[in-house]
Amino acid sequence: MESIGVLMACPMNSYLEQQLEKRFKLYRFWTVPDKSSFLASHKDSIQAVVGNAGAGADAELIEALPKLEIVASFSVGLDKIDLAKCKEKGIRVTNTPDVLTEDVADLAIGLMLAVLRKLCESDRYVRSGKWKRGDYVLTTKFTGKKVGIIGLGRIGMAIAKRAEAFSCPISYYSRTEKPEIKYKYYPSVVELAAHCDILVVACPLTKETHHIINREVIDAMGPKGVLINIGRGPHVDEPELVSALVERRLGGAGLDVFENEPYVPEELFGLDNVVLLPHVGSGTVETRQAMADLVIGNLEAHFQKKPLLTPVV
Amino acid sequence: MESQPSQERNEQPTKEVPHVLVMKPPPLLTLFEDKFISTKFQLLKAWESTLPLHQFLTTHAGSVRAVLCSGASPITPHIIQLLPSLQLVVTASAGINHIDLNECRRLGIAVTNAAGVFSDDAADAAVGLLIDVLRKISSADRFVRHGLWPATGDYPLGSKLGDKRVGIVGLGSIGSAVAKRLEAFGCTVLYNSRKPKPWAPYPFYSNVHELAVDSDALIVCCGLTAETRHMINRQVMVALGKQGIIVNVARGAIIDEKEMVECLVHGEIGGAGLDVFENEPSVPKQLLELDNVVLSPHRAVFTPEGFMAACDLVVANLEAFFEDEPLLSPLIDE
Repeated sequence: MESIGVLMACPMNSYLEQQLEKRFKLYRFWTVPDKSSFLASHKDSIQAVVGNAGAGADAELIEALPKLEIVASFSVGLDKIDLAKCKEKGIRVTNTPDVLTEDVADLAIGLMLAVLRKLCESDRYVRSGKWKRGDYVLTTKFTGKKVGIIGLGRIGMAIAKRAEAFSCPISYYSRTEKPEIKYKYYPSVVELAAHCDILVVACPLTKETHHIINREVIDAMGPKGVLINIGRGPHVDEPELVSALVERRLGGAGLDVFENEPYVPEELFGLDNVVLLPHVGSGTVETRQAMADLVIGNLEAHFQKKPLLTPVV
Repeated sequence: MESQPSQERNEQPTKEVPHVLVMKPPPLLTLFEDKFISTKFQLLKAWESTLPLHQFLTTHAGSVRAVLCSGASPITPHIIQLLPSLQLVVTASAGINHIDLNECRRLGIAVTNAAGVFSDDAADAAVGLLIDVLRKISSADRFVRHGLWPATGDYPLGSKLGDKRVGIVGLGSIGSAVAKRLEAFGCTVLYNSRKPKPWAPYPFYSNVHELAVDSDALIVCCGLTAETRHMINRQVMVALGKQGIIVNVARGAIIDEKEMVECLVHGEIGGAGLDVFENEPSVPKQLLELDNVVLSPHRAVFTPEGFMAACDLVVANLEAFFEDEPLLSPLIDE
């Protein structure tokens, strides 16, 4: 398979790069000085694209690669791939579900604890050398808080399971109610927001869920509400969120994703009621290796004409 | 002239309303003084007097039957000797290491603590610290706030929580609350305790060293006693290993802090989440330079809900005592 051209959209994992290089002819798109002339000269050799949460295969790229057969994403999210175009052209698409579910759910709970119990702020305080006896600051109890989950898929359910161990009542919003699920369903995000203490975004990013967290939802959450986003930056109207946090109309936020990564609104840097992470939801050694193996496994299966491991299209 | 100790605002001090001695105010009292107003007792606030404590006690505390204490005002044999009428020690904490239990037992002095009301918060903090260390939450938050993400690119990878074997040191109220939470993340829970707990579905280890050998992380949830002082020593930490994580929400002195710092600095253990230290508020300077530790200023139980529940329990114990009713949370000899 060494002659099969694989285009890697951006740097994502050195183990994955190594493995791709061993098996295929790997092209690193980010090292190319002129992308359009590169595509013009290599259009007949590229049969696969490997993308991630940051970069995938949009319509323009797909059109430029007439020999493209498969897009394998190093992520579970598919928002960077033009799925309709792939379907139209018979291009296969795979992602990395399940292997990262636990890590993302763990991080969601970690963010809830870090925001409510002010763990990062406590750490900063001790490191500043300013801790003296008699400095009592109360933080917010996490056990028993009402957790509202937007999107009750694999990740949403894993978050619910963990939060239940902290005696958190669980409620959710989903496109349709799931009658087999015992958690309380709300038919709109605004209603869910009004009835929970902590709101978590755990749904896929689509046209419908773009800016699903808007001013109306933020108002419904109120000055004690806490937003946790482990989905995609564009799920949230970021300027609205920033002003709500700065003006204390919203109680706090734990954010792993932003509208324009790696840029994070600097107004957030001075706030003690937010925790800001550089998109590390699936960022463990163990999980990234499992994700990489799944990408390789899918590509090999495709080019060996075997069934794909985790096909989406 | 010495100044008079202050009286409760709403109450006329009468001989009938007994005093509860407070040598130094626990955080509970400082933050929620209103909750300590009772018709059954009034507070005798030694710290407001200009007299040195010894003199204050001999002058004013001769008929005091109950004392409200905390870590800052330990109940030593010397103090007990100055309180000839003492029958009850109430502490506003779950920890009791600042009370000479042997002396209290010898003299028939009852002791109550705030057991149970702080367990959820302490467990939440312990789990929060463990996730923070493994997933580098505080460290990555620092990275983002310093504007390093655009320049430096991807943050170093953390370690997955779910496949970890977590050893809980002390499976009491706090330890079992930690265990219940960790199970939901898929962790394998192991424990060490003075005796095995018949209700616990987790493997029991009779000593901390063996627990450490078999664990990826240790969460310290036990009380500080003569036996547990420096129980987490260098041998235990080396057994835990280079990827091992220690979380302490109990008492600083359970860990040999000097050795722990050495182990962290030299990479003999992988990281630590610490809410308590041997000599608070002093924290070893080397820890402040490390990226693989998360530090917290002894506030694992500092939530309004936890504190208010503790206030209620302290007041209820005091009122029960003065009404000759059973105490709500007396320490039972185990």
